[in-house]
Amino acid sequence: MGDFVLNVNGAHVRVNASSEETLLSVLRNRLNLTGTKYGCGEGQCGACTVLLDGRATRSCLVSAESAAHAKIVTIEGLEQDGKLSPVQQAFLDAGAFQCGYCTSGMILSATSLLHERHNPTEEQIVEAMEGNLCRCGTYPRILDAVKRASRSPVQGASR
Amino acid sequence: MSRRDQPVLELGQSSSPGRPRSLQLARRDFLKVLGGGLLVCLTRTSAWTQESGRAFGGHELPKDVSAWLHIAVDGQVKVFTGKVEVGQNIRTSLAQLVAEELKVPFDAITMIMGDTDLTPWDMGTFGSRTTPTMGPQLRIMAAAARETLLDMAAQRWHVDPTTLTAAEGRVIDPQTSRSFTYGGLTRGEKLVKTVSSEESLTPAPEWKIAGTAVPKAEGRDFVTGKHKYPSDITRPEMMFGAVLRPDGFNATLASLDTSAAEKLPGVKVVRDGDFIGLVAPDAFAAQSALAAIQAKWNVPAQPSNQGLFEYLKNNPETGRDDGPQHVSGSVAQAMAGADLKVEEQYTVAYIAHAPLEPRAAVAEWDAGKLTVWTGTQRPFGVRDELAEAFHLSPAQVRVIQPDMGSGYGGKHTGEAAIEAARLAKAAGKPVKVVWTRSEEFTWAYFRPAGLIEITAGARRDGTVVAWQCHNYNSGPAAITTPYNVANQLIQYHAAKSPLRQGSYRGLASTANHFARESHMDGLAHAAGIDPLEFRLKNLADPRLQAVFQAAAAKFGWGRLKSTPERGFGIAGGVDKGGYVATCAEVEIDPDGKRVRIRRIVQAWESGAVVNPDGLRNQLTGAIVQGIGGALFERILFADGRILNPHFAQYRLPRFSDTPQVEVVLLDRKDLPSAGAGETGLVGLAPAVGNAIFAASGIRLRNMPMAPQSGMQGESNTQFRS
Ligand code: FES
Ligand code: FES
Repeated sequence: MGDFVLNVNGAHVRVNASSEETLLSVLRNRLNLTGTKYGCGEGQCGACTVLLDGRATRSCLVSAESAAHAKIVTIEGLEQDGKLSPVQQAFLDAGAFQCGYCTSGMILSATSLLHERHNPTEEQIVEAMEGNLCRCGTYPRILDAVKRASRSPVQGASR
Repeated sequence: MSRRDQPVLELGQSSSPGRPRSLQLARRDFLKVLGGGLLVCLTRTSAWTQESGRAFGGHELPKDVSAWLHIAVDGQVKVFTGKVEVGQNIRTSLAQLVAEELKVPFDAITMIMGDTDLTPWDMGTFGSRTTPTMGPQLRIMAAAARETLLDMAAQRWHVDPTTLTAAEGRVIDPQTSRSFTYGGLTRGEKLVKTVSSEESLTPAPEWKIAGTAVPKAEGRDFVTGKHKYPSDITRPEMMFGAVLRPDGFNATLASLDTSAAEKLPGVKVVRDGDFIGLVAPDAFAAQSALAAIQAKWNVPAQPSNQGLFEYLKNNPETGRDDGPQHVSGSVAQAMAGADLKVEEQYTVAYIAHAPLEPRAAVAEWDAGKLTVWTGTQRPFGVRDELAEAFHLSPAQVRVIQPDMGSGYGGKHTGEAAIEAARLAKAAGKPVKVVWTRSEEFTWAYFRPAGLIEITAGARRDGTVVAWQCHNYNSGPAAITTPYNVANQLIQYHAAKSPLRQGSYRGLASTANHFARESHMDGLAHAAGIDPLEFRLKNLADPRLQAVFQAAAAKFGWGRLKSTPERGFGIAGGVDKGGYVATCAEVEIDPDGKRVRIRRIVQAWESGAVVNPDGLRNQLTGAIVQGIGGALFERILFADGRILNPHFAQYRLPRFSDTPQVEVVLLDRKDLPSAGAGETGLVGLAPAVGNAIFAASGIRLRNMPMAPQSGMQGESNTQFRS
């Protein structure tokens, strides 16, 4: 067991966990940040996506300890002063979910993409989001939401 | 007057006489918490009784078949239903229907769903039954409540109730402009009243809230991560459970050593007959302890994909009902006289539901009462499973279904719930069990594989005269043909399935439509008639004709000519009250191998549309989900093991597989609303297969039609996707 500090959503939290325990497991089961989802545990579905220093990362593939030096942002950390981030707002406006289980991963992947690329083409969005599964098949609306967000004046700017 | 027309309205803590005592108490406690107000109780209705009778084989009908709504003093309305929200948007659409009839703002409604202590008994959420059965139930109750409120106001004002109107949660007297809020009216009054409400339902053309694109209820919680899915539930002092799985199906334990696991801090191994599980203080420790268990299993020899379809044909399930045989005329005679004859076999593979949230449950025992939060489409069914497993009365078990990471027919059962309850009982603390992806792929159940043999004959002018169809194992849903054929013999044959199989979105409707609509296409080509024209020629049902015509018009059918690189196909059908026609455009690489679906136009009609936005979302989702089973999804198995229990090996539709999708809704406000969660899936596979044929001249009769690599023991396809 290791003792380390994580910087999650702007707060420093002390964690006591095995050095092998994944960031996903620590977020969900020790920090009760359950917005980050388990879908496969193997990097194949994107449900567990979080931002590490602004980049979309599969939290099921990295150990929590290895993330100790990064700025971690989960879905719970996107809202600022009660205001949704542009990507969150775009997903809500586009109704880009059915069961919603993939939604946090989708939003974080899109946030990371729009951080890197301000006006992605459809092909670039598809390529960047290909690792995120939506079993409900909401892809057309998710594409629409990402495009809406990319047109938003403050897209991806917050984090 | 039928009983259906007589909802009984009572104020306060009502109970119906046949209601089981315990449930009565639980509800009564709950209603105390809610405080006073108008409580609506609808007595047994014909629609409900029929549905229940089907599920229970006509016996053991629960006397408690009431649905409820509650109007609080502040005007907030709580609606209780045993149906569950799994992404199909019924939390929103049912609330719209209630708001419409009750004449309150949409936001005044809170739906209480899928909680066995709080909601009336319900068979489960499947079969596209929510909109056609629960919708009318709740509408009738809401309309009855509205009429009662009008009467109450009329009494207070000493006026004729028919001079009053209800709107925005108020009763208004248009003569004087005075008004009462609903909450203000119900306060302190006691009321029992019988209302005839069928005739007071608001007709669809007058709908203001129903029929509109109200956004998903509580949508914000899904973009902020606040919504708690079953796997997100936590309880004080909760431990984490894990279950040891055998090495294969039907395996027996040869040896077991749990000593290393038991030495780990806080870990407790639980053995109960064949069940071997453990609890640990955290999820990581539980998985580590599970990995430390040494077990050896004997796995018996058993069937694999190799020769599966002959196996299904040759191994009838004798104990199971094959359902009715559909016979008319004489197929043999008609075939003898037919100009064109087409005889083919079609197959569908086992596929997995693969809901993104796997099975999960949190169980808690408290003074002999068991409470389980779990993801299921049948909370009451799981309650009964738990009661049976632990020798409890159903009243001692409460199942709560938080809106889950979906099911698609795959979560009818309570495996994780029973496991969590067993471990929690042994641990003396609440326990959470979340299945891993490979557990979900292996130990849940599958969409049945099946073999369908069709022999059909037509006259040279394109009139289909004979239709014979045998379906082995895949299922009887939508097995009958919607086309006019004088001579028919249609039969489903239950088989011994090598794999555990069960419900799936659309059931066998997908397989039966794939076979029928591919076969119709084959007949059309044999007759040299355009596939759309051929279908319309053999159809009498105007609703099905209408969707075919609408899809074709939007798609540009007739103007589009297939080439070897680009094919256009059409297919359609009807099931569970939903009419669908699907047009597909596929692109085939110049090397003639790789298939991509480029465009789908789907026309849909299921009566009056309750929420067009939710409906479009469902239909688009069904199309995308259909792509998987059509082109590449299939379970590979051998020696009692699933060979591809991971997303890396079991391919699901992704962004890059998604074509341009256009949905055309035909809103029939003159017809009752039917469910739309399933049948939107069934046109895709045959439309795509027909498009591939139009381009290549190759008829694909096995789903999936273009898997990554050839499936063991199956006729190979040259196509990849
Ligand atoms: S849970 Fe991490 S990618 Fe699926
Ligand atoms: S909305 Fe259900 S998995 Fe995407």
